[in-house]
Amino acid sequence: MTSFSYDFSGTYTGKTSFKTGVFIGGEFRHGASKSTIDVVNPATGKLVTQISEATAADVDDAVKVAQKAFDETWGLNVGGAQRAALLNRLAILMDEHADELAAIEALDNGKTFGWAKGVDISFSIATIKYFAGWADKIQGQTIETDEKKLIYTRHEPIGVVGQIIPWNFPLLMFAWKIGPALATGNAIVIKPSEFTPMTALRMCELINEAGFPKGVVNVLVGYGHTVGQTISEHMDIQKVAFTGSTLVGRKVMAAAAATNLKNVTLELGGKSPNIIFDDADLEQAVNWAAHGIFWNHGQACCAGSRIFVQAGIYDEFLERFTAKAKSIQVGDPFAPGIDQGPQVSQIQYDRIMSYIDSGKQEGATVHTGGERHGTEGFFIKPTIFTDVTPEMKIVKEEIFGPVGVVIKFTDEADVIRQANDTVYGLAAAVFSQNINRALETAHKLQAGTAWVNCVNQLHANVPFGGYKQSGIGRELGEYALHNYTNVKAVHVNLGHKM
Amino acid sequence: MPGTTTLDLDTSSFKGSISINTGLFIGGKWCDPVDAHDHAEIINPSTGKKIMVISLASSKDVDLAVKAAHKAYKTSWGFKCPGKERGKMLLKLADLLERDADQFAAIEALNVGKPYHVAKAYDVMGAVEYIRYFGGWADKNQGNVIETNEAKLAYTRHEPFGVCGQIIPWNFPLLMMSWKVGPALATGNCIILKPSEMTPLSALKFAELVVEAGFPPGVVNIINGYGPVVGQAIAEHPDIAKVAFTGSTLVGRKVMEASAKSNLKVVTLELGGKSPTIVFDDSDLDQALKWTMQAMYANMGQSCVAGSRVFVHEGIYDEFIQKFSAMVQGLGQTAGDPFSANTMHGPQVSQVQFDRIMGYIDSGKSEGATVHTGGERHGTEGFFIKPTIFTDVHPEMKIVKEEIFGPVAVVLKFKTEEEVIEAANATTYGLSCCIFTENISRGIRVAHALENGSAFINSAQLVDHGVPFGGYKQSGIGREHGEYALSTYTQVKGIHVNLGIRL
Repeated sequence: MTSFSYDFSGTYTGKTSFKTGVFIGGEFRHGASKSTIDVVNPATGKLVTQISEATAADVDDAVKVAQKAFDETWGLNVGGAQRAALLNRLAILMDEHADELAAIEALDNGKTFGWAKGVDISFSIATIKYFAGWADKIQGQTIETDEKKLIYTRHEPIGVVGQIIPWNFPLLMFAWKIGPALATGNAIVIKPSEFTPMTALRMCELINEAGFPKGVVNVLVGYGHTVGQTISEHMDIQKVAFTGSTLVGRKVMAAAAATNLKNVTLELGGKSPNIIFDDADLEQAVNWAAHGIFWNHGQACCAGSRIFVQAGIYDEFLERFTAKAKSIQVGDPFAPGIDQGPQVSQIQYDRIMSYIDSGKQEGATVHTGGERHGTEGFFIKPTIFTDVTPEMKIVKEEIFGPVGVVIKFTDEADVIRQANDTVYGLAAAVFSQNINRALETAHKLQAGTAWVNCVNQLHANVPFGGYKQSGIGRELGEYALHNYTNVKAVHVNLGHKM
Repeated sequence: MPGTTTLDLDTSSFKGSISINTGLFIGGKWCDPVDAHDHAEIINPSTGKKIMVISLASSKDVDLAVKAAHKAYKTSWGFKCPGKERGKMLLKLADLLERDADQFAAIEALNVGKPYHVAKAYDVMGAVEYIRYFGGWADKNQGNVIETNEAKLAYTRHEPFGVCGQIIPWNFPLLMMSWKVGPALATGNCIILKPSEMTPLSALKFAELVVEAGFPPGVVNIINGYGPVVGQAIAEHPDIAKVAFTGSTLVGRKVMEASAKSNLKVVTLELGGKSPTIVFDDSDLDQALKWTMQAMYANMGQSCVAGSRVFVHEGIYDEFIQKFSAMVQGLGQTAGDPFSANTMHGPQVSQVQFDRIMGYIDSGKSEGATVHTGGERHGTEGFFIKPTIFTDVHPEMKIVKEEIFGPVAVVLKFKTEEEVIEAANATTYGLSCCIFTENISRGIRVAHALENGSAFINSAQLVDHGVPFGGYKQSGIGREHGEYALSTYTQVKGIHVNLGIRL
């Protein structure tokens, strides 16, 4: 059974040491196959450690253990106030270990320690706290029909839920999933990404320490085609929540359809438009647009990767936006003054570079960037393409890297049409100081989140999710509770006679 | 500068020193009243002896508190402090109260006379859970977006009132404080709170936790004083936008009248009751007896929801009254020092209350009711009254119509469901009721027919912080607890954004 220890240096100089086995029933073990997965540091391309690999047999075990916990020591056996107390305790523990978690995240994913601490870990803690507050407020309704009947609804936990999360915000995605699922009383089998399993594994000990009954949260690191597929097809998992690419999202849904028709929620990809009108506050628009595409090295499902700029401000926007892109400091996630670390893996690096090549080949202009940074690790320079056409791959497909396309427009109605001309619909942004134009545009954009004069603003209490092929269902906010409850209507006959 | 008094307690339940500030808590600081000559003696109702002395405020102090509260509201609370941050502070406050649970239980036992173990498990832990619950609501105060047409964005905001006045009673001092501060602070209001001048000690100690939890100065202000002075000043204050009062129906009227005559501030009231307990012949009798005891005699009958009119079906009446009587006498035998682990029945809170309850007992006797058990003082020291049952009563008797607020139950016989529903509803009150039957349709049917804000089927007094609580008729206006309490402390603004309608 594996474990991991590390001494950090640079902007964080603490240590960490934790078990990295397959976590089932509150305990760590070797996976059934006794094999391991390599964990690579994307800043160097070198092996950091090997962790136990979970496979299909482990999923079966975990589901049995989770079901037992749900039936005996969790679910409706535990009142909401107590679930709240456990979640609050977990948030406190995460806060006590915040720097350590941020450092693990930076090492594993490549985002800088500063971003991990300031955004990922902080928002993760806020998410757990937010859902702790809902745990004792799961309310059904009473519904009037006539006085000979009492009718009410219960919002019951589903039972054992499967959750599959990606590598771009590992701990944050973990928190977005377990928060509402635990608040509503479900037991969980969760598969972190095999590329970035470390913060999830560190959370296992904290979950035990917080006092959750054993088997309520089970963490299985394995591959999509083994663990992910088994979860999606499992006859005893009643609900699966997946965040990742649209390609794999289809597989999850197909697997559910072919087996037990489990409830499926998906949070998938995007090619989110950012529309900047000529009455925008230009400096703000530039700053937000840069944040929109370069935050997290472009590895955000909601990245504002298609930037539409109205003709009147196009030249000045492009000049300032390019300067901004050039000013981004790329380097070691643990070095001071760094904004952008490496992409998460060789595979992602290759994929992004191939999109950059396709852009060049299809005739777009590399306005800045467009190549590797340095010679070690998976670093790519912040990249802007101009002179693009709607049919180009770099305009249509999700790149998931620090690569933005800037498109000039004149006509308002047409830019909205262009913005909507995509199979995706996760997010959209509009920059304008005119209230009518800003809100009307926001209302017309076919996206689950519309940002007005900002980008990438997320809050634990505001719903997030996709239109069209960007997803099904909403996470965060009160809306998230619906993903993890079954509605039962109870009809009590007080006097109707047959 | 106001001083502190240290209470040294050496009892089997609690040993320790508790220091309590005797002044007013305004703008995050302790201060003397402007006209520093009014004081109240705080009496230990188990002995009738003085515990300590506290300062009493006048309307001038209320003015200062309102100014401090408005300043805090404009600069560091309300819209200046996101719900998430308010929630954090409330959770911290709950944690601190839990940390100091023993101290607060001791204060309540000493000041109010309730048994220490009950004060800790019910009053203090109830307050902790209540504040925690509302800490969770602080960032979930959601308005609506309402579809009208595409040329408009219409949405609501649920905004705090600003500065709220809150007046609380002496029967559950700390718990009543938590019921008030929880939702008011969660929704972003600043508070002027007047405890009962008889039982101010837990509120004064609580002020220290408010500071420790990090609430900005002026968000919570605690002003001790007499009802006709400080309560009146709050109820008629032109710069307080809302008042919440818990207490007697008599005084509730004064609060509403003061609002009507001043600035029409929003008024919510949680008042008295004469709550019926109905025991059907198809009930689980053993359980019904135990719950009926709880409903009537918990807190020495000093509870707004006290199940003080017990209606028993004639078919089980004899068995019921015999067993009930034995249980009530048994309770009487546990009367004693609140700090003793064996005590289940403490004193009434004050001489005034003692006299009032004894007055009702006398009136019962003189109107011809039978004292089935009890009906007199217990012991010779302190304000103890024996748990009492009256039988052979009729609806016109004072002890049947009026709220006694002591350990005095009246037991009546009934024949039919229709008859008992009518009798149970024949009151100006409507706070709570208890129904005992194993028949599901009957239980729910009767619960729906009784005119009360809460109905307990096969249970009593199990108030939950998530379930709304409040009165019908003259038992009150508005609801505390649960999501409903958020509406009690917010006002709705509808915002219409024109996106294209042109004149």
